[in-house]
Amino acid sequence: MELIWQGTKQAVVLLVRGDPEVLRIMLLSLQVSGIATLLSLLIGIPAGTILALSRFPGRGIAISLVNTGMGVPPVVVGLFVSILLWRSGPLGFLELLYTPTAIVLAQLVIAAPVVTGLTVAAIQQLNPRLRMQLMGLGASRLQVVYFLLKEARLPLLAALMAGFGAVISEIGASMMVGGNIHRQTRVLTTATVLETSRGNFDMAIALSLLLMLLTFGVNVTLTWIQQRGRTP
Amino acid sequence: MNRPILYLDGITVSYDGMLVLDVPSFEVQEGETLAVIGPNGAGKSTLLRVLGLLERPTEGQVVFGGRPILQDGNLLMDRRRMASVFQEPLLTDGTVEANVALGLRLRRIDSAEVSRRVQQGMTTLGIGHLAKRRTRTLSGGEAQRVSLARALVLDPEVFLLDEPFAALDPPTREALLLDLKTILDKRRITTIFVTHDRNEALLLGNRVAVMMGGRVQQMDTPERVFAEPVNEEVARFVGIETILRGHVEAVSQGLATVAVPGWMLEVAGPLTPGERVLVCLRPEEITLFPCRTTVSASSARNQLYGSVIRHLPIGSTFRVTIDCGIPIVATVTRQSWEQLGLEDGAEVVAAFKATAPHVIRCV
Repeated sequence: MELIWQGTKQAVVLLVRGDPEVLRIMLLSLQVSGIATLLSLLIGIPAGTILALSRFPGRGIAISLVNTGMGVPPVVVGLFVSILLWRSGPLGFLELLYTPTAIVLAQLVIAAPVVTGLTVAAIQQLNPRLRMQLMGLGASRLQVVYFLLKEARLPLLAALMAGFGAVISEIGASMMVGGNIHRQTRVLTTATVLETSRGNFDMAIALSLLLMLLTFGVNVTLTWIQQRGRTP
Repeated sequence: MNRPILYLDGITVSYDGMLVLDVPSFEVQEGETLAVIGPNGAGKSTLLRVLGLLERPTEGQVVFGGRPILQDGNLLMDRRRMASVFQEPLLTDGTVEANVALGLRLRRIDSAEVSRRVQQGMTTLGIGHLAKRRTRTLSGGEAQRVSLARALVLDPEVFLLDEPFAALDPPTREALLLDLKTILDKRRITTIFVTHDRNEALLLGNRVAVMMGGRVQQMDTPERVFAEPVNEEVARFVGIETILRGHVEAVSQGLATVAVPGWMLEVAGPLTPGERVLVCLRPEEITLFPCRTTVSASSARNQLYGSVIRHLPIGSTFRVTIDCGIPIVATVTRQSWEQLGLEDGAEVVAAFKATAPHVIRCV
């Protein structure tokens, strides 16, 4: 207990003093996971909308694949992205391995199925007749999609939260494709692992606290947006 | 009634090879209110969706305003000349006025015009005071008024309603029905109104189409559909409960003698001896008398003796079933029921005029 207490006290001191190393790691984490989440929205919302609203052969299999993708362990993603980006791999010429871009790519692969799957669910939970009603009021195909997404905005925000939560907290993929390089690819989760292995519990606890505060802050904001104006 | 604004030619709709709609031809006249009635699963809503260009038929052609609609072309401009209201109000999350404005905004009409038409629409439907209310706080009746206003502000050439009052309680439904009738009578919008409620069809429809099993069984004025159904299914659906199978024995001076099991009935109408017929009697056409009463032969040529086997209170009336060897259903007022002592087992005479039955020839 003493270890935790001392560690926590020193962590607070580190945070209050604004330790530059801690700040750098936090900003890189936010940047990498933020970009990965944003890209996953750009891919996942249209893909989820198409899967939810259209009928085509293989649609069921596609939805199953997306749902499976929601549960793929980050280390598996890390492994495949590493192979892809390896110097002799298919995308080796891009020289992205052990860069923040590689972490963004890996996190995108983790978050995109989450956002896609939850978008499918968000649209499918709407009254199926709403689409017909919008068409019956003269909506074009694009207008129908716009209004359906607008009506599903609350569960879509949940998709955003889940996507961000999945990538900000993952470690396997970031470690494998980023390499946890000091001042380059070290993010909150990989840094926490490193500091723990070194026995620097104050630093490790400070990083963990930051990670939790960050996740909490983002989710509180999104929940506030989601719930405002709603009465129980 | 002027000219057909909508016409269906050889329309079929099949789902997974199962035929759910088969309409060789169907006309909607400009300015009329056409009520489409039928039991659940009759294909009414499918017909409405095809007419509203909301569903592509498997086969056939929709002709709108004299022009065939290309089903694989861009239907948006034609669909925007129509407006639909469904059983559920299907409002979007937001204020009442934003919902009433929805269709106008979809058409990118300028704000001043939207505002003017929304105000007018809300006033017409009596929901002006709800303008700023959020739709999820509305009652069922209020929400359906918003849905109607949202469609009517579009000034549609064709107004499509799919059982809009089915989910409402009776007083709310009646109030809304009367308001809608006033609006339709005043604005003469071509309206297709799907319902399974005969009274709604009678109140609103200039014409009535009866659908069963995906086919239009009869299409005529409400009076004719309700008084002269073309077949047994339609007769039962429009409320005729006594349907007797028989054949014409003889015809004399415009009166036919029809043999039904256990009785010879006198029925007016141009019938031919030997024809097989269905004699249809509405419950309100049958008068009941105590057994010992002599009923004037001139007023009621048919008098069947029997005993009451069932009585059901329906509002202010009783629906009484009499076993005359064949079941006869009559409607009597609560007062008559008490005066005549029509308890189960009571012996009565069921009388009706020769002109009362509607006769359907069996083919």
